[in-house]
Amino acid sequence: MYDVIIIGSGVSGSAAARELSRYKAKVCVLEKEEDVCCGTSKANSGIVHAGYDAKEGSLMAKLNVRGNAMMEQLSKELDFPFQRVGSLVICLREEDMDKLQALYDRGVANGVPGLQILNREEVLEMEPNIVDNVYAALYAPSAGIVCPFGLNIAMAENACENGVEFKFDTKVQRLGKKDDIWEIHTNQGVFKTKYVVNAAGVYADKFHNMVSEKKIHITPRRGDYCLLDKTAGAHVSKTIFALPNEFGKGILVTPTAHGNLLLGPTAIDIEEKEGTNTTREGLDQVLTKAGQNVKDIPMRQVITSFAGLRAHEEGHEFIIEEVENAKGFIDCAGIESPGLTSSPAIGEMVAGILKEKLHLEEKENFIATRKGILDPNTLTKEERVTLIKEKPAYGNIICRCEMITEGEIIDAIHRPLGAKSLDGVKRRTRAGMGRCQAGFCSPRTMEILARELDIPMSEITKSGGKSQIITGTNKDQL
Amino acid sequence: MKTYDIVIIGGGPAGLAAAVSARENGIQDILILERDKELGGILNQCIHNGFGLHTFKEELTGPEYAGRFIKQVMDLGIEYKLHTMVMDISSDKIVTAMNREEGLFEIQAGAVILAMGCRERSRGALNIPGYRPAGIYSAGTAQRLVNMEGYMPGREVVILGSGDIGLIMARRMTLEGAKVKVVAELMPYSGGLKRNIVQCLNDYDIPLKLSHTVVDIKGKERVEGITLAEVDGKGKPIPGTEEEYTCDTLLLSCGLIPENEISRGMGVDMNPVTSGPKVNESLETNIEGVFACGNVLHVHDLVDFVSEEAKTAGRNAAEYVKNLQADTDDRDKHSREEAAEIVLNPVEGVRYTVPSTINPVHMDENLTVRFRVGGVYKNCYVSVYFDEERVIHKKRPVVAPGEMEQIKLTKEQLMKYPGLKTITVKIEEA
Repeated sequence: MYDVIIIGSGVSGSAAARELSRYKAKVCVLEKEEDVCCGTSKANSGIVHAGYDAKEGSLMAKLNVRGNAMMEQLSKELDFPFQRVGSLVICLREEDMDKLQALYDRGVANGVPGLQILNREEVLEMEPNIVDNVYAALYAPSAGIVCPFGLNIAMAENACENGVEFKFDTKVQRLGKKDDIWEIHTNQGVFKTKYVVNAAGVYADKFHNMVSEKKIHITPRRGDYCLLDKTAGAHVSKTIFALPNEFGKGILVTPTAHGNLLLGPTAIDIEEKEGTNTTREGLDQVLTKAGQNVKDIPMRQVITSFAGLRAHEEGHEFIIEEVENAKGFIDCAGIESPGLTSSPAIGEMVAGILKEKLHLEEKENFIATRKGILDPNTLTKEERVTLIKEKPAYGNIICRCEMITEGEIIDAIHRPLGAKSLDGVKRRTRAGMGRCQAGFCSPRTMEILARELDIPMSEITKSGGKSQIITGTNKDQL
Repeated sequence: MKTYDIVIIGGGPAGLAAAVSARENGIQDILILERDKELGGILNQCIHNGFGLHTFKEELTGPEYAGRFIKQVMDLGIEYKLHTMVMDISSDKIVTAMNREEGLFEIQAGAVILAMGCRERSRGALNIPGYRPAGIYSAGTAQRLVNMEGYMPGREVVILGSGDIGLIMARRMTLEGAKVKVVAELMPYSGGLKRNIVQCLNDYDIPLKLSHTVVDIKGKERVEGITLAEVDGKGKPIPGTEEEYTCDTLLLSCGLIPENEISRGMGVDMNPVTSGPKVNESLETNIEGVFACGNVLHVHDLVDFVSEEAKTAGRNAAEYVKNLQADTDDRDKHSREEAAEIVLNPVEGVRYTVPSTINPVHMDENLTVRFRVGGVYKNCYVSVYFDEERVIHKKRPVVAPGEMEQIKLTKEQLMKYPGLKTITVKIEEA
């Protein structure tokens, strides 16, 4: 029997797991996919928002500003890429200045530091590729960019090192309470626990509604993105937003934490909770609208496109609380943007609730830091030569676009919560994330996975489940 | 730091032929750097025949063709390193490379020959909408899995793009037991060789749908189907023409991109049309002593022409090194600066030429200018103008983008036109 079971190992679930792992408690995370960071957390803008968007006094505003403030320290403790690059909200017309001013005022009320309204000349000096007809912009120096996989995986790995169990390919089917104990029925059997944390992303309404008469409804709000080659990565130096509208923050243009250029997202409400397919209209909209605020974007440099689903709850507010009349069931629902930014604060808040309820004591041996996968590019030439002498696998480049070595891939496979699939390797090391999109490295990465995990090539998947890469051997059906 | 007279980046057909040619032209000190586990490059996975008709006057498979050159490299005792990735080349020709045994190391090259080949355009670069399941491969990746490793990437296949690798893979997948349902091509003409359409599609009753593209990919984990649609003259899908195909595999053969990250890093000027370096008559880039040949320069259709081009690059690199060693910088360098370069001007149907400039003083007796056309032209003329004067007017029954074209110029001919500024190459319709 567990003290706490967390449903979902996205960024919210993993943050909660990491914060809970500070305490003496038996904690388990159930994840329906084969890896952490497989839903909303893997397909988003990777932005650490400053915090001027959310309504004054809302939980969203509070956790956004708090999460932003925590991010830098956390990125050092847990070794994931984060850069405080700042952001601009572009205002093109004088008549929209009241909207820009409203954002500024809200930001000040929310406690966002350093906000400034810049005039046209100041904007163009700061960011020369903004369109010439810019009128003004809201500059937020505290905004940043983060690797969403890096953040999610780092928190999960650290939680795992501190004793949290993770069960993958474990899909929650139903749950109920028996004698004050929650029974969670899954495809892998029944799990019992005192407390449940519902961090199921777009599925959070499903589990909430199983235990509560006060129904919530989460709409998957699809966002299509286009990612451009690193040669375009310096086109802008900050995250460039349009003025927000009813569907959110509009199409942004941003450098990513790894030096690509990212355009998106659209905002299309759908019903299908697995509907992560891009559409022609969506991609066209991204390419068109990105150009409204930033000029001369080299659209020919697109290397991939993808779509993510935001978990949009009607009230547009984070729901982080014990559900009424369902004692022991803690919602962590409606976590849409700025969810990634807020995640460290969400984790803190969830752990805080449970600490109080379970009277948890701190562990003496909590490991606060985690070392990420060694990136040989950060070493000096001499250090790199020494490394290869000790571990020759670091001399063997597997992904030639991102220059990822066999050593990094082996590390990704064997560390806690290690990679089991091509996508798992990709999210941890970036092998396959470059301009050839794994055309060159996938057969080689498959060989390494097969060797290190001691499984046949036929069992290697792209992303678990039935996503096998090969279907058999030559002439086997002739 | 170790030094070599010539360092060749890539041990595929271009690198091998360049190495042999440089050695035959008197350079002993040559090093080939190859990232894969063996020499031969992409030819090793091209197990079909049809290679070498021009070079060896016989039909060889890819590995056999590569084998001929590898044998020459071995016989000539040319040095090479396998499993070695070139990380970076500085503009003063210091090559930084890495492998398991030697770690990260530097080599000072006298001359560099760029022969890195090309890569395939990915699904992402094509921006095809839909899901992102397993089962989507570039044709070359699938070719490697099937031909080198014996694995089937799928059972029911749709191929987008009628480039040569796609056509070859349509036949290969069929022979290995898969069902190839259709090959779709965005353009109103095929991007591959005519002989491949006949031998790889027609012979196996595989339909080719011109002016069609993939507008949706279905399947969350593994491909379950795709949607094809007809496109209009601008390549935009026409609503109402959608057709569904169930399949577990989508192969992409939608063009090749010269692999020039290293070249760009060292400051080589690029031709935006070919995505390869701009070169002169010696296949030398804007950086003196840096040459390029094969698919890194522009994408070829026949390996025979790669070998021929690489031979030229190897010979010119050898000349460059010999001039350096003879310490005759005064003579050669000055004459290069003094002699006015003639600019090649591709217009009206001609997309580009290689080379893009000619210095008649430096050119060989005969020079092959290679180019590709931008559309299908029937009963047309390939015309060459020396400034305003038409000097070549060659009738062609058909020219197409899938087949590389060439014209021959001679030194003698160019010497008759002192002060010539521009050579215009164009397609003139009859």
